[in-house]
Amino acid sequence: MAERMGFFTDTSICIGCKACEVACKEWNDVPDDGFVFRATSYDNTGALGADTWRHVAFIEQDGRWLMSSDVCKHCTHAACLDVCPTGALFRTEFDTVVVQSDVCNGCGYCVPACPYGVIDRRERDGRAWKCTLCYDRLRGGLEPACAKACPTDSIRFGPLDELRARAAERVERLHADGVTEARLYGESPDNGVGGTGAFFLLLDEPETYGLPPDPVVTTRDLPAMWRWAGGAALALAAGVAACFLRRT
Amino acid sequence: MAECHPVGFQWVMEARLRGAKVFHIDPRFSRTSAAVDRYLPIRAGSDIVLLGALINHVLTHGLDFREYVLAYTNAATIINAEFLDTEDLDGLFSGYDPETGRYDPSSWAYEGDVEQVRTLSEGGLAHAQAAGSDSYGARGPGASARPPADPTLRHPRCVYQILRRHFSRYTPERVEELCGISRERFAELAEAITASSGRERTTAWVYSVGWTQHTTGVQFIRAASILQLLLGNMGRPGGGILSLRGHANIQGSTDVPTLFNLLPGYIAMPNAHRHAGLNDYLEREGADTGFWGNRRAYTVSLLKAWWGEAATEENDFCFGHLPRLTGDHGHYATVMGQIDGTVKGYFVIGENPAVGSANGRAQRLGLANLDWLVVRDLTLVETATFWQDAPEIETGELRTEEIGTEVFFLPAASHVEKEGTFTNTQRLLQWREKALDPPGDCRSDLWFFYHLGRRIRDRLTDDEIDRPVRELTWDYPEEGPYRDPSAEAVLREIGGTGPDGRALSHLGRLRPDGSTRCGCWIYCGVYADEVNQAARRRPREEQSWVAPEWGWAWPANRRILYNRASADPEGRPWSERKRYVWWDQARGAWTGPDVPDFEEDKPPDYDPPEGAKAEAALRGTDPFIMQSDGKGWLYVPSGLSDGPLPVHYEPHESPVRNTLYRTQANPARRIFHRPDNPYNPPLSPRFPYVFTTSRLTEHHTAGGMSRTLPYLTELQPEPFCEVSPQLAAEVGLVNGGWATIVTARAAVEMRVLVTERVRPLRLRGTTVHQVVLPYHWGYRGLVTGDVVNDLIPFVLDPNVFIQESKSGTCDVLPGRRPRGTALLELIERYRHG
Amino acid sequence: MPKRRDEMVPDAGFRSYYGQPVIKAPVWHEPHMPVYLYLGGMSGAASMIAAMARVTGHDRLALAARMAAAAGAGVGSVFLITELGRPERFLNMLRLFKPSSPMSVGSWTLAAHGGLTAIGAASAVTGVLPAIGDAATAASAVTGPVMAAYTAVLLADTAVPAWHEAMRELPFLFTGSALASAGAALMLTTPRTAAGPARAVAVAGAAAETAAGMLMARRLGLAGEPYRLGRAGRLMRASRMLTLGGGLLATMAGRSRALTALSGLAITAGALCTRFGVLEAGRASAADPKYTVVPQRRRVAAGDLASVPGRCRPATKP
Ligand SMILES: Nc1nc2c(c(=O)[nH]1)N[C@H]1C(S)=C(S)[C@@H](COP(=O)(O)OP(=O)(O)OC[C@H]3O[C@@H](n4cnc5c(=O)[nH]c(N)nc54)[C@H](O)[C@@H]3O)O[C@H]1N2
Ligand SMILES: Nc1nc2c(c(=O)[nH]1)N[C@H]1C(S)=C(S)[C@@H](COP(=O)(O)OP(=O)(O)OC[C@H]3O[C@@H](n4cnc5c(=O)[nH]c(N)nc54)[C@H](O)[C@@H]3O)O[C@H]1N2
Ligand code: SF4
Ligand code: SF4
Ligand code: SF4
Ligand code: SF4
Ligand code: SF4
Ligand SMILES: [Mo]
Repeated sequence: MAERMGFFTDTSICIGCKACEVACKEWNDVPDDGFVFRATSYDNTGALGADTWRHVAFIEQDGRWLMSSDVCKHCTHAACLDVCPTGALFRTEFDTVVVQSDVCNGCGYCVPACPYGVIDRRERDGRAWKCTLCYDRLRGGLEPACAKACPTDSIRFGPLDELRARAAERVERLHADGVTEARLYGESPDNGVGGTGAFFLLLDEPETYGLPPDPVVTTRDLPAMWRWAGGAALALAAGVAACFLRRT
Repeated sequence: MAECHPVGFQWVMEARLRGAKVFHIDPRFSRTSAAVDRYLPIRAGSDIVLLGALINHVLTHGLDFREYVLAYTNAATIINAEFLDTEDLDGLFSGYDPETGRYDPSSWAYEGDVEQVRTLSEGGLAHAQAAGSDSYGARGPGASARPPADPTLRHPRCVYQILRRHFSRYTPERVEELCGISRERFAELAEAITASSGRERTTAWVYSVGWTQHTTGVQFIRAASILQLLLGNMGRPGGGILSLRGHANIQGSTDVPTLFNLLPGYIAMPNAHRHAGLNDYLEREGADTGFWGNRRAYTVSLLKAWWGEAATEENDFCFGHLPRLTGDHGHYATVMGQIDGTVKGYFVIGENPAVGSANGRAQRLGLANLDWLVVRDLTLVETATFWQDAPEIETGELRTEEIGTEVFFLPAASHVEKEGTFTNTQRLLQWREKALDPPGDCRSDLWFFYHLGRRIRDRLTDDEIDRPVRELTWDYPEEGPYRDPSAEAVLREIGGTGPDGRALSHLGRLRPDGSTRCGCWIYCGVYADEVNQAARRRPREEQSWVAPEWGWAWPANRRILYNRASADPEGRPWSERKRYVWWDQARGAWTGPDVPDFEEDKPPDYDPPEGAKAEAALRGTDPFIMQSDGKGWLYVPSGLSDGPLPVHYEPHESPVRNTLYRTQANPARRIFHRPDNPYNPPLSPRFPYVFTTSRLTEHHTAGGMSRTLPYLTELQPEPFCEVSPQLAAEVGLVNGGWATIVTARAAVEMRVLVTERVRPLRLRGTTVHQVVLPYHWGYRGLVTGDVVNDLIPFVLDPNVFIQESKSGTCDVLPGRRPRGTALLELIERYRHG
Repeated sequence: MPKRRDEMVPDAGFRSYYGQPVIKAPVWHEPHMPVYLYLGGMSGAASMIAAMARVTGHDRLALAARMAAAAGAGVGSVFLITELGRPERFLNMLRLFKPSSPMSVGSWTLAAHGGLTAIGAASAVTGVLPAIGDAATAASAVTGPVMAAYTAVLLADTAVPAWHEAMRELPFLFTGSALASAGAALMLTTPRTAAGPARAVAVAGAAAETAAGMLMARRLGLAGEPYRLGRAGRLMRASRMLTLGGGLLATMAGRSRALTALSGLAITAGALCTRFGVLEAGRASAADPKYTVVPQRRRVAAGDLASVPGRCRPATKP
């Protein structure tokens, strides 16, 4: 397996140009997401979804305007992948999480499983879609389209270990410059999804950007769920038996 | 800049990472504001107050870079005694004629030059009538290379003292009162730019159309130039005034111009009334000293490029074949001509004036009154379909059946479907390969003009009147199935050839005798060694940090203009940190990572002999080699229509009184009192709000290239206005709802974005609300919306005839606008109060 | 720290991005998914009843139960398949068996269970190969309870707060409801005299469903709120009343065929309401970022961050 590749998105240098959104669509032939004026600052695509794999959030605050380009996190423990019944979602040699659209049968299970609300089913073709981390480009030795297009290098692509080191430096630097609200999001391998392959430098709480503050891969609790379900199944069997035995 | 030049903005981000402090001065809090150290909201159209106050701050605190100023600027030059300043005339300079609203600039001349200027410009006034200022550029006639000067800067009529007096009323208090910028913020800005100027540091100013689209636009830039010259920030790395250009090749289209009053290389277009023959023209069109002193070589080489063998010494090199100006033939004059019936046919090539130009209604009425119209564009833009879906059809002002214009739409190849150069913001020419063939009938513009010319020539007679076109060299090699003329051949012609027919290496080789040909003298050398220099793409790792082998910059591949100024008068770098081009005594040559913008072997102590001409007339310490005196002009003795120094005037439509002078607006601005161009009265309570127009990263100008693409359209799907919560409350607007913006020209509706990014400005005693309007929408495309330019009148800067689209007044109503005749009634009510 | 400006967000108690959801709501459609959940549960419990009835000699009841089990599984499969974005690719479900995916486990279970119940029913109707039919029915007594219970895991194994947080109660709610549904279905399809055990099952199921539902509402805290509010709340309340009422009626119906039928219908309706209600509550809890953000934010505030024990490096918290 090749090195684990990922993204470090440094939102402190994002200028909200949306080149990443457009480049992603161009490269991956993603359809438009509809023409809706949302009156939510300069964000008119709203959220990540089947037809938006990079999404730039705009948050207006007193004296500052936060912009952040969101993407699939390519979780170490990816709920979407865990729950996919068909194996359409798989882990690549770059340790990224990709849907094979020819295998996906559109069961939709991955959609509510993702703790970040990333993957979505496109009703038009019934399949689940999300960022592939440009699997085809990676295999061809190219960097992902969004990172390539980003003029400020807000989106950095590379081996995850290098990105983590770089991110740590960057936070330190920002803290030294008095930007104490700078923090990393998702990079810790100890978090609820075992660390993300795409992590971020944020300037405010994650929920301000529409990100969950402490997401957990749902399958963490799967053994417990099966135990409870097993109990319930046994109870059902016992219940039925009892009803018959009482009668006879 | 982040908004409209995001790719270039990465270097600003880079500079910030390295410790640069970045200010953003803009009425609107944009993406740029979000990414800088300090955002200063300013009232649209008031920048000269701010810049003037910075100049005043530098002068009164003695913060100028004195050595630089003394040696390299005209600070010491003495102005003639006839000159009267705005200080003396309460907002007017000497020479103003209230009848015509024009200045006779001869009284602004250097001491000793007045008479000559007056003679050469025929009484002075004439020059201002027909786009005169442009035809001079910065090379006023008869200006001398060695005007009288006082190096002690004490003479009351020296430029330095005039400047001190002129800017003395530009104080931080006035900034607070007119711009809405507090004294504390002003002090912070003043401190930052002065601390970051001098030997060791430089400051750069970056502007684009927020500074130009005003009736005082040229003087905005002039004010910045004065500041930069005083601080020693010109001709040095990290300094300068960077004009961010517009369309990808707009720089190219001013160099090899699509402008009515210029020939390639900023050579003036001859005037029917002023220029008899070539000699007369050359004598009147500039000074003999400085590099413009070679204009005969530039002009003759151009004529030779166009008329080849037919151009001879005897026939003035076919100078007589050139068209002549008879007046203002700019865009707006042309449109008024259409409405008035004097302009019958119209080519629109890569432009969408029905949406992009001021007074959209007049634009469309003009189009509807033509005999024929040719539109070449990538898609059917509004300009091509006005007869079908213009808003005037809805109001009943136009009826499709009654429009007589015959419209020809010719599909154009896009930039990826043809090869050629882009000249971008920093004068860098870059060659583009063709990526794919144009679809269907789409053809390049080069193809179009070439074949149009060919067909016209096929129909020519032997008649004398056809001679200019018949004798044109029109012989480009053709390529491919559609007989595309070779773009490289065109570039080679522009780059120039010598007597041996080989490509020229340098503009210094151009000759006035007809032995050289060159389509644009500043581009001379772009095909040196028979190599397309613009196509060079050597990676930056493989060359110096100046990267001279990436593309090619005019002139002569110089990356920073006037870079002689990066060294002190003796030719030593001002500082090691800022070394760029310096005199190498051992080699007897100027050297450095860039091409020196100076004669390579002219020593710093060169003193011109009496009667020397052209560059030879300039000293070894005169870096501004295009000027007749080689100096950076703090004071402009000629070349401008509205004064030698910047003055703050209010925009033509403004709710604020000019408290600096009694003169409210630029007295020389171009106004057109016509029924199709009504104005909002200044200070009118009917139009209490200021609006400014701007761009969004997501769209491009009049929208033909972005509203037609789903990936861009979805990002900003509808026209909207940005308003502050306070204004929203005052008017009753709700976020996501609708607003109607009204001026005397039109009422347009748009969605509402309530945002604290827009702040009401507290001027002394009053509050000014500003409304921000992106202007990208029209009545066609994947999404449609009202045309913001319908709000804006024809009112122009007198120097370059740019419209005032960055500051106007309006009223704001909640909800959508009325339709049909009810709309006309609403506007009518506003017109008459 | 600069002030924030969240005017668009009505609930000031937490921060969000314009009030938009953090996670995606389930894309499953109505009525497909809830009806499938109902049918699957009913079928699972019915197969258990069939097996017990066969063992205890309630042959008439066994026949009906076999039929109900087979019908539930069969029709349920149709609902499930039409729910897929690409039904033609249904078989991709059986490309692999994936224990980490309850849907995979469920698909295999459904396949096995559907097959077994079909054999059981076919044999019972035709009288062909009775031994094999009996064996299939006996085997479906194993797949049946799994069928009834796995759907709870299916829902709980998501990021949807109202489901995930209910991982303990949902299985009981669903199996209870499955019992009630199967009992009710058999009450409706079996002569009164033969339906005694079915009635008992229905009553027990109704009791269990009600108890599990009440427990869930009590224990879930914030994540339980969606079960009480809006459409989900109305459905859950309707379910409670129908189930309780139907259960009580079943005990009191005596010989009245009409009352028995009414009770069966009420329980069935209750079970359906439960499934619609649970699905709707899930949707509502996904749509409002509060349910995602507030508990997570509390964890963060308490320094009690989530981690994945045993699945990655040593966790900071057990
Ligand atoms: N994405 C995108 N990029 C573009 C274009 C585009 O349409 N879209 N257009 C291209 C073209 S043709 C051009 S010319 C350039 C233009 O590039 P810019 O000049 O950057 O474009 P604008 O947004 O029109 O105006 C810039 C800013 O000027 C501000 N402004 C208005 N009045 C004043 C004033 O009086 N003083 C000051 N200080 N600021 C003022 C406006 O609020 C606005 O934010 O961009 C080019 N790049
Ligand atoms: N209110 C307001 N008005 C403004 C401004 C403002 O800031 N505010 N800015 C002004 C400025 S700076 C500008 S530059 C103008 C722009 O105004 P316009 O130039 O009128 O508008 P564009 O949409 O840029 O039009 C260019 C057209 O060229 C077409 N095109 C692209 N490539 C080619 C090609 O290779 N060949 C041909 N034939 N066509 C091509 C495109 O499809 C497009 O329709 O707007 C001006 N108007
Ligand atoms: S973010 Fe969601 S979609 Fe992306 S890998 Fe993680 S769980 Fe899957
Ligand atoms: S929708 Fe497709 S990718 Fe998602 S879980 Fe189902 S089969 Fe897998
Ligand atoms: S990595 Fe590729 S697929 Fe993913 S967001 Fe970037 S461009 Fe889109
Ligand atoms: S391309 Fe880069 S700078 Fe632009 S929006 Fe995306 S992340 Fe931000
Ligand atoms: S569109 Fe082209 S010219 Fe404009 S910023 Fe992007 S790369 Fe530069
Ligand atoms: Mo422009």
